[in-house]
Amino acid sequence: MWLKLGRRLGSLVIVMFLVATMVFFLTRLAPGDPAALMLGDQATAEDIARLRQVYGLDKPILVQFILWLKEIATGNLGQSIFLQRPVIQAIAERAEPTFFLALFSVSVAALVGIPAGIASAVWRGRLVDQIVSGLAMLAANIPSFWLGLIFIQLFAVRLGWFPVAGYGEPGAPFMERVLHLALPATVLGIVNSALIVRFTRASMLDVLSEDYVRTARSKGLSEVRVVLRHAFGNALVPIITVVGLTAALLVGGAIVTETVFGLPGIGNLVVSAVLRRDYPVIQGALIVVAGIYVLINLLIDIIYTFVDPRVRY
Amino acid sequence: MEQSSLLLFLRRMFRRKLVLVAFVVLCAIMLMALLAPWIAPHEPTTIRVVRRLKPPSELNWLGTDEFGRDILSRIVYGARASLGIGLAVVLVSMTVGTLFGLMAGYFRSLDGIIMRVVDALMALPDILLAIFLVAVLGASAFNVVLALSIVYTPRVIRVVRASTLVIRELPFVEAARALGVSTRRILSVHILLNVASPVLVQATFIFAYAVLAEAGLSFLGAGVPPELPTWGTMIASGQQYADQAFWVVLFPGLAIVLAALSLQVVGDGLRDMLDPKLRKAL
Amino acid sequence: MNMDTPSLLSIQDLEVRFRTEDGEVTPVRGVTLSVSPGETVALVGESGSGKSVTSLATMGLLPRPAGRVSGGKILFRQRSGQTVDLATLPLPDLRRLRGAEIAMVFQEPMTSLNPVLTVGEQIAESVRLHMGLGHASALKRAAEMLDLVEIPNARRRVHEYPHQMSGGMRQRVMIALAMSCNPSLLIADEPTTALDVTIQAQILVLIQRLQREIGMGVLFITHNLGVVAEIADRVTVMYAGQVVETGSVGELFRTPRHPYTSALLNCLPARARRGEDGRRVVQSIPGSIGKVGNGCAFAPRCGQATDSCQAGSVLLETEMDRSVRCLRWREILA
Repeated sequence: MWLKLGRRLGSLVIVMFLVATMVFFLTRLAPGDPAALMLGDQATAEDIARLRQVYGLDKPILVQFILWLKEIATGNLGQSIFLQRPVIQAIAERAEPTFFLALFSVSVAALVGIPAGIASAVWRGRLVDQIVSGLAMLAANIPSFWLGLIFIQLFAVRLGWFPVAGYGEPGAPFMERVLHLALPATVLGIVNSALIVRFTRASMLDVLSEDYVRTARSKGLSEVRVVLRHAFGNALVPIITVVGLTAALLVGGAIVTETVFGLPGIGNLVVSAVLRRDYPVIQGALIVVAGIYVLINLLIDIIYTFVDPRVRY
Repeated sequence: MEQSSLLLFLRRMFRRKLVLVAFVVLCAIMLMALLAPWIAPHEPTTIRVVRRLKPPSELNWLGTDEFGRDILSRIVYGARASLGIGLAVVLVSMTVGTLFGLMAGYFRSLDGIIMRVVDALMALPDILLAIFLVAVLGASAFNVVLALSIVYTPRVIRVVRASTLVIRELPFVEAARALGVSTRRILSVHILLNVASPVLVQATFIFAYAVLAEAGLSFLGAGVPPELPTWGTMIASGQQYADQAFWVVLFPGLAIVLAALSLQVVGDGLRDMLDPKLRKAL
Repeated sequence: MNMDTPSLLSIQDLEVRFRTEDGEVTPVRGVTLSVSPGETVALVGESGSGKSVTSLATMGLLPRPAGRVSGGKILFRQRSGQTVDLATLPLPDLRRLRGAEIAMVFQEPMTSLNPVLTVGEQIAESVRLHMGLGHASALKRAAEMLDLVEIPNARRRVHEYPHQMSGGMRQRVMIALAMSCNPSLLIADEPTTALDVTIQAQILVLIQRLQREIGMGVLFITHNLGVVAEIADRVTVMYAGQVVETGSVGELFRTPRHPYTSALLNCLPARARRGEDGRRVVQSIPGSIGKVGNGCAFAPRCGQATDSCQAGSVLLETEMDRSVRCLRWREILA
C-alpha cells in the first residue's frame, strides 16, 4: 500500500511538472510583450527594456523557464501585473467563496445524486428509473450559467428569497454567506449531480448482481439492509471517486457560475485576469487548481483503504 | 445483405423511442442551421430600436432583443456558429485523439509520455483550460475551436488507447503480425476499424460538451466576438436585460439544452447498441 | 413416498418461468421432490437442467422481475409445525424463514461472501436477526460456528475478511453462516464444485457430520454422481426442467429405470471401466432447453426412443418410493 502511494506521489509530481511546463510555454504563445503589456500604452521603449531586465525576460526562454519552475517549487507564483501584489496572495483572498461554493455544491450533488442513483438501480427499468435517468440526462445538458440566470430571475428578482448576487459585506456573519451561496450551490449541485447519479446507478447495478448480495438475501435480511449495507458498501469506491473528482473540478471549474452570481472567487479572478491579460495570475491560478485536483485524487486513494479492506493489504 | 444489416442496426438503435425522438430533433436542428437564410423569418442583424425588448408576438415569435432584432432568427442563425464550432471540435479532437490514442495503445514506449500529458491536461477543469487557451491564443471562432479541441482530445485518446490495449492482444491482431503485416497496416486497418465504435460514441458526447463549453466561453466574453450570433453570445449580451425581458435569455438557453440533450441521447443510444455487454444488460 | 414421516420440504409440480429478450422460457416445468427431516436428498442433473433454479425458487431468490414461480407448490413444514407454501408466502414471512429455518450454501465460495465485511460480522448479522442476540454474544456465536466448521484459530479469524482466506476456508465460513441459526433445512447448491478434490471431500464430511449433529434435512444439488453416492439417502434426477427419476440411492444406482439415469451412471469412471459404453445412449448435445415441446424431452438424445416417445407428454409414474418419467422403462429394463 505504501509502495502504491509512493508511486502515486511520483506520478503526481510528474503531472504537476507537465502542467507547469504547459502553462509556461503556452503563455509565451500569447501575442504581445508581457513587459509592454504591464506598462500599458504610454510606456517608452526604454521603460520596457528595463522591466524586461527586472523580470528576466531578456534571458533565453529555457533559463526563464527553469527560474520560474524554481520559484513555483518554493511556492512563489509571481506578482500580479494589475493587482499590485503577489499572485498567491490574490488567490488566497479569493479562496474562501470558491471553497465553500465547491463544498456546498458537491454536498447538494451527492445528497441528490446518490439516493437517486440507488433508487434508480434498485427499481431498474421501472418508472422511478426512467424519471431519474431522464432528469439526470437533462441536468447534464443544462449550461450552468443559463440555469443560474433563470434561478436569479425566479428566486432572487421575482420572489426575493435570496440575494441576487455577491458574497455579502466583508465580515458578514456566516449565515449571510450561506444565503449568498444557496442559489449558486444549488445550480452547480443540480448540474453536477447527473454524473453522480449515473455512476451510482451503474456501480449499484454491478454490485446488486453479485453473489454476496444473494447470500445476504438468503440470510433473511430486509431489502433495505441488503441494499444499503451489503450492496452500497461495495459500490462506495467508484461513488467516492466520482464525488471526489466532482469536488476537485469545482474548485476551478465554477468560473461561469461564480461570474453569473458575482462571487469573488478564484474563477472570477481568472476571468478578470483573462480580460486584463494578467498572465501571472492566470498561470498561478492554473497551477493551484491543478495542484488541488491531484491532491484530491491522492486523498481519494487514501480514502479507498478505509472503505475497501482488500486495498489495505 | 448489407441493407438488411443496416436495417437491423437502425431498428436496434431506435428501439427506445426517446433515441428516435432525439435523432429527429437533432436532424431538425442541423437542417435549421443549414437552411438558415430560408427559414429565419427576419434578418438576424436588422436593428429596429423602436421594437427593442418586445415580448413574443405574432411578428416576433420569440420576442426581440435589446436592439430590436428578432430572437428566433438569431437562434436559427446562431445554430450555424454553435453547431459549426461543435462539429469542428469533434472532427479535430477525433482525428488527433485517435492518432495519439493508437500510438499510446500500440507502442509501449510512447504510452507513458502521452498518458502523462493527458493526465496533465485533464487535471484542469474543462472551462478553465479553455479560457486559458483562448486567452493566450486570442478570441476568435478559429481559436475557440482550437482551444476546445485541446480540451477534449484527451478524452478521445483515453478511449482509443483503452480499446487498442484490448484489441492488440486479440488473436486476429497476433495472427496479422505473425503473417508479416506491417505495423502501420495493423494499426490503420485492424485496430482502427475496431475502435471506431467507441470513438463514434465519444464524438457525440464531445459534440454536446463543445456546444455547452462554447456557450460558456462566449458568455464569459472569452469566446467568439459578440457580433457573431451564437447561442452563448445571445445569452451573454441579453443577461443585463433579463429583468425586463426574460425571453432574451430563456430561448437561446433552451436551444442549447435541446441541442446538447439530443446529442447526448443519440450518443447513449449508439453506445447501448454498439456495446455488446451493455446491450445484454438492457 | 414416506407417508408416515411427513416431509420437511415437499415440492409439488413446480413450474418456473423466465422472461427473456427472446420471449418466455420455462427452465423448470414439473418438479416434484421431497426432503424429510434428517434426510439428504441429492438433486442431480447437467447444467441447465433447472436444478439450481429449483433451489432458488425454494428460497424465493429467483432473479426479479424476470423470474417467477408460475405453477405448483413448495410446501415447507415450519418448526412450529405449521406447513406453508413458500411459493405464495408473503415476502416478510419468507424472510423470517430464510437463514433461520432454511439456509443455503452457494456454489462459488470466492464471490458469495461480502468482501467489505469481516466473516464474523457476516455470521453475526444473521444470528442477531434471527436469534435476537446482542452484538457481543452474536460475535461469540460466530466464533463458535467457525470452530464448529473446523476453522483453526476461530477466535482470531472471526475478524478477518474473506479475501484473507482460501476457497475451502471460505466455503467453511459459508457453511458456518448457513448453520448459525440451526436451520431445519439446508439447501446446498453445488457446494464443492469450485473446490479442489481433497477440499471437496473434507467439506462433504463436514456437511454430513453437521447434519447428523443438528438433524436437519439437506437438499444437495450436484452434477457429480460420485458425490451423490457418498452423501445422499435418496436421489432425484432432473432433465430439461423435469424430474425424470427418483429413488433411494442404492436402488437407483443398482437398477436405474430411466435411460438418462443409466447414461449418467455409465459415465462414472468405475462403470466405464467395466466396459459399458455410456455414449451409446446419449447421442447428441441437448437442444434449446426450456422450450416446451411434445413428448419426452429426452427422446432426441435417447438411444431407446421410438415414435411413441415423441407422441405426447410423459407423466411421472410413481410406484412405492420410486418414480420415473419414461414410457418404455419396463421394456428397456427387461
